[in-house]
Amino acid sequence: MRVLAALSGGVDSAVAAARAVDAGHDVVGVHMALSRDRAEFRTGSRGCCSIEDAGDARRAADVLGIPYYVWDLSERFEQTVVADFLAEYEAGRTPNPCVRCNEHIKFEALLDKAVALGFDAVCTGHYARIELRAEGARRLHRAADAAKDQSYVLAVMGPERLARAMFPLGEVVSKEVVRAEAEARGLGVSAKPDSYDICFVADGDTQGFLRSHLGSRPGDVVDTEGTVVGRHDGAYAYTVGQRKGLALGRPAPDGRPRYVLDVQPVTNTVVVGAAELLTVTGVQGDRAVWFEQPGAGWFDCSVQVRAHGAAVPAQALATGPASADVEVRLHEGLRGLAPGQSMVLYAGSQVLGQATVTASSR
Amino acid sequence: MTSYLDHAATTPMHPRALEAMVAELGRTGNASSLHDAGRAARRVVEESRELLGARLGARPSEVILTSGGTEADNLAVKGLFWARHAADPRRRRVLVSAVEHHAVLDPAVWLAERDAELVLLPVDEAGLLDLAALRRELEEHGDEVALISVMWANNEIGTVQPVRAVVDAAAPYGIPVHADAVQAVGQLEVDFGASGLDAMTVSAHKVGGPLGVGALVARRGLGLVPVLHGGGQERGVRSGTLDVPGARSFAVAVDAAVEARPVEAERLAGLRDRLVAAVRASVPDAVLRGPAQAADGSARLPGNVHFTFPGCEGDSLLYLLDSKGVQCSTGSACRAGVPQPSHVLLACGVPEDDARGALRFSLGRTTRESDVDALLDALPDVVARARAAGLASA
Repeated sequence: MRVLAALSGGVDSAVAAARAVDAGHDVVGVHMALSRDRAEFRTGSRGCCSIEDAGDARRAADVLGIPYYVWDLSERFEQTVVADFLAEYEAGRTPNPCVRCNEHIKFEALLDKAVALGFDAVCTGHYARIELRAEGARRLHRAADAAKDQSYVLAVMGPERLARAMFPLGEVVSKEVVRAEAEARGLGVSAKPDSYDICFVADGDTQGFLRSHLGSRPGDVVDTEGTVVGRHDGAYAYTVGQRKGLALGRPAPDGRPRYVLDVQPVTNTVVVGAAELLTVTGVQGDRAVWFEQPGAGWFDCSVQVRAHGAAVPAQALATGPASADVEVRLHEGLRGLAPGQSMVLYAGSQVLGQATVTASSR
Repeated sequence: MTSYLDHAATTPMHPRALEAMVAELGRTGNASSLHDAGRAARRVVEESRELLGARLGARPSEVILTSGGTEADNLAVKGLFWARHAADPRRRRVLVSAVEHHAVLDPAVWLAERDAELVLLPVDEAGLLDLAALRRELEEHGDEVALISVMWANNEIGTVQPVRAVVDAAAPYGIPVHADAVQAVGQLEVDFGASGLDAMTVSAHKVGGPLGVGALVARRGLGLVPVLHGGGQERGVRSGTLDVPGARSFAVAVDAAVEARPVEAERLAGLRDRLVAAVRASVPDAVLRGPAQAADGSARLPGNVHFTFPGCEGDSLLYLLDSKGVQCSTGSACRAGVPQPSHVLLACGVPEDDARGALRFSLGRTTRESDVDALLDALPDVVARARAAGLASA
């Protein structure tokens, strides 16, 4: 197969590309440039978008003996991932930009361009497994290494795009195996630290990033009775479940810590209250993507709502045209669920589908 | 089997230049040392300087050896500005054409972030300098101009500039004129003395010499403040231990290129014209950028072809051609490997979307009919596929 290996400059994508080469594929390495002005993006080893990372990707391609190109996807990235990030926060929701990047950039802009240029598949260093079924269908599963599993951020791509994806690290039992393999292959990135934060928030200060793009919009912080208990500089900067940074002048009457319960963009109001008020058992979602077409009734599954959170047992019901809406009843309460987050439905290790949270209830 | 059509980026070393380089690399001697080995090395440098001068229409003492074209351009722009500004602080204006190479443009921008005022001289849609605009600027601000830099020929779209007219316009004001002639040597007749220029940049590796060697040819008596300070080599203007093998190989390459030029330029122009006609026939909506083919071919470098392909991205075209063994360039500067929309095309009034679909094919000494054939064989499919990819990722 002709395989495009996305090379971030990190160790995972380099080893994934190496395994694709070993498997006998005709591999070409591509590094995605996601910012026009690269100084904007984080330098050094923390992100995936610095000039140093582009250089590391180039060196990995050299070692593997594969061609290497940089593709400029910065405009698309700006229009989709960054714009969505700002719009979602502005609307009082909590987006996951890595999910949007997989949806719009890696498995749409990059994949579509690759296919148009004659590639059969896009190979990445994601930790997730692809199950090949007899009839040619494919299913997305959690990685063998539960600690590194990234099926949560990949589920958004849906089954058609999965057919063009290749994740050679899905069966790896731990990151140490990948580092050792990189070392053995002479890939200089073997000791490079993992990236965690949002690549386009240069200093890791999400609130500062939002403030600089959305401006200061002072408003009230109220309790569940509607009493004003403080002021804020912009409701968009708050996330349901947040405790830190509330700067409330006086303590709650009962002296217990208070959390953000709700962000109301229309009135620019942040609602705070006690921790137990955060716990939800009912969740609604939309924009559902299914790997397993759901039936007409409620079905058992487990639901994960954060990239590094555990899945909780639940029942789910698909509704609406094309089963695009989802209703979920959780068997255990989840704390601090914010609209905008992705929820992924699993049956064991298999991804059934994913949706974007619109509302929740206690 | 590959076809190398990127000679404007760098061109294969001439066998004689390679041989000369290797021979000199085996010898010991610092050209500034006073003993026998030093004298022998110095002799090689000075003979090389004489050969370079003879082939470029300059006196040997006018040839200041540098580490390449970029350093020579920096020395010209900064060195002239600092000297002229120090002599008269009113001289703050730096006039450069909008289509200069970054090695001229960026030092000018850097100066403008400090004491200078940058004046970008406009060009027409073929990239040709607007002489009327230059004359107006000089009439209004002649006393405030520190220097003028207009390239002899453009590296992206091949436009040959009216250097003589620039020199004539500047003369009444006593303003020094520099030209980056990196792309011109070996393709056009380049005679520094006859040109009337005050300073001129040349580079070795664009004419079959080694990488990392070049020269600023500077009129005697021209005030230049050094960029590199140190041992005072090269008239005290460019310090650094002299690169004996580089100088020798550079001189041999220039000698060979200038000697071959009359025949070679005609041969390349013939290949170029065939390539342009065939691209237009197979991709009718491709747009030739730079000067149209003049009857005598004089307005465009003989080895330069530059097209934009509507609906295509340059990086897709480049990848697809590369995978078929055809090596060319998007023609523009890269930052971290990302092709930026070319400032040259934008200065010519090309819309940014069109500028993204640019490809430069540059021909040189080793280019044969078969290289052009390989490109023409591959191109229709490549353009069709790149267009599909452009739509897919639009």
